[in-house]
Amino acid sequence: MATPPDALVLVDPGVVRATPSKPPRFGWQVVASKEFSDGILSVRLFILIALLGLAAIGAVYSTASYVGNNAQLATGASGLFVLLFSHQAAGSQVPSFAALVGLLGPLLGIAFGFDAINGERSERTLPRLVAQPIHRDAVIIGKFAAGLAVIGLVLLAITLIVSGVAFLVLGVSPSPDDLARLAAWFVVALAYLGFWLAFAMLCSVVVRRAATSALAAIALWIVLTIFAALLVGIVASYLAPVPANATVDQQIANTELQLDLARVSPGTLYSEAAAYLLDPTVQTVGIVPVAQQSDNRAIPSILPIDQSLLLAWPQVVALVALTVVCFGLGYIAFMRQEVRA
Amino acid sequence: MVRKRARRGRPVGSDEADHDLAIQTHGLTKAYGDLVAVDNLNLSIRAGEVFGLLGPNGAGKTTTILMLLGLSEPTRGRAEVVGFDPTRQPLEVKRRVGYLPDDVGFYAELTGRQNLRYTAALNGIERRAANDRIGQLLEQVGLADAADRRVEQYSRGMRQRLGLADAMVKDPSVMILDEPTASIDPAGVTDVLALIQALARDNGVTVLLSSHLLHQVHQVCDRVAIFNAGRILAQGRMAQLAEQLAGDQLELEVGLEGPADQVEAALRAVTGVTDVRRDPRDPSLWHVTGPQSIRGHLAGDLAARGLSVRHLRRVGDELDEIYQRYFTREADRGHAA
Repeated sequence: MATPPDALVLVDPGVVRATPSKPPRFGWQVVASKEFSDGILSVRLFILIALLGLAAIGAVYSTASYVGNNAQLATGASGLFVLLFSHQAAGSQVPSFAALVGLLGPLLGIAFGFDAINGERSERTLPRLVAQPIHRDAVIIGKFAAGLAVIGLVLLAITLIVSGVAFLVLGVSPSPDDLARLAAWFVVALAYLGFWLAFAMLCSVVVRRAATSALAAIALWIVLTIFAALLVGIVASYLAPVPANATVDQQIANTELQLDLARVSPGTLYSEAAAYLLDPTVQTVGIVPVAQQSDNRAIPSILPIDQSLLLAWPQVVALVALTVVCFGLGYIAFMRQEVRA
Repeated sequence: MVRKRARRGRPVGSDEADHDLAIQTHGLTKAYGDLVAVDNLNLSIRAGEVFGLLGPNGAGKTTTILMLLGLSEPTRGRAEVVGFDPTRQPLEVKRRVGYLPDDVGFYAELTGRQNLRYTAALNGIERRAANDRIGQLLEQVGLADAADRRVEQYSRGMRQRLGLADAMVKDPSVMILDEPTASIDPAGVTDVLALIQALARDNGVTVLLSSHLLHQVHQVCDRVAIFNAGRILAQGRMAQLAEQLAGDQLELEVGLEGPADQVEAALRAVTGVTDVRRDPRDPSLWHVTGPQSIRGHLAGDLAARGLSVRHLRRVGDELDEIYQRYFTREADRGHAA
């Protein structure tokens, strides 16, 4: 009031001052929303939807026509709808939809993770990004969340397309139980793809070049899908040899070891869990001695969904644990890295 | 109240503000194993000044900057940036400090405006306020027309200007610019420097800029520190640095007409002159060496002998020469040790 007018050196009124910057409470959400819109608009998304969509439609069409031609399979069976996703037509080369996701799904995780961090490095945007008022882990958490959301959306879209095709070809509509099974399978499949996303992101942190990192992730994918069975067989026959005159116990020991070793691979965990969840008749994926089978005399029965969930639980937990370990390694590596290359 | 706000907006020139330090470091050190990238650095940068951190590539400039931003942890010592310790309170520092990295990059598939919006969102600036501010900044850096083009179509100079706008989005009180003029063409350099100066002046922002090219940035710097191998060799205003270095010896370039032997004799006769050489390229130029005092009476002495000085220049005043000499002197010392 009493201040002389010449002391009023005001900030130039033309300068727009940003409102006092209140940094976002969750920086990762900002990162995630940017990454999500990038992912949704990316070319790679369309390529993957086209590739997986076509393969999936092929798979379900093949299963559906098989079921349609074998009416006895269809008569009165509950869970017919989910069978369309998990049943491989006898004599067909085309895998079921669930198996297809196990086979090609990793590609989805790799595609959205292999250049997450090293891409920011090579584009030289990382220093600018981490100089903003967000915690450094917001970058990797946001990217993982966005990647998972994009992958989930792709998987959802394909599952819906496939359901539509199944409905058109066979005219079977899903029961509530079918839908619950499908939803449970969806979560498991997402965890499986999440593992591949986390692994690809780990590669993108550790490997400086995007191409090399993609190659590393694809290499693991191929090793696990193609050579895993071979490797498991070799290791198992070394640790639990089966001589020519092997006893039943020896053979069982070998087979069980093979199973356990195979369960290190997320692909095995996924396919076992998917088998439990999408086929209500599956009660075990382990070995069942013939004696016990005949003893059992049980008519192949239909399990309620909670029982199927209980059976799949260990696999689901192991799958999530693998994902968490992979993401954790990437997280730690990223936090310890220098910003400058 | 108004007065206080105004002060904060434009601290330049106010006596009070001169004692206000925007950035200070105490024995800041960063070692990678045996390699000491930054060695016991003590800097103090006043609020509102433009400070140049000058040194050759690999001198430790970027490492220092990363420590100031809390992006790299010092091995020893500490820093204080706008009143916060970047190691302990990195978010407080990053909230107030705009950073233009060396060789800045943007998301190529997004437009300039979208890139800045992302930065604004990361700073928690409300959308509408952000859009207004971004529009104005793009105008200020001369990118208003290119704002909605993808960054992949931008030239180097345009990216650099977008980088300046990006550093300004959060309305910082300090801007740290790492090599803002590197690898852009001379016209672009002039543009960018003028822009930095204007941004600093109009917004009352303290600027710390690093460069390996002294001649490019010295005009915009209030003070500079010459930095090599992780240590500060000299610090102060440009003119002070020149004097500090020159010592008592002075070399003058004198332009004189007349017969060579007569001129040479006249020059040697001037009190204090220790050496006279004729310029190998231009026979009318002579190089005269002597103590600082000869500058005062050289022209008069020559006039008394009937020779008129047509040109007089102090050699070694060029900034790059000063800069060069700092490093050679340092290297000599290294040899002697």
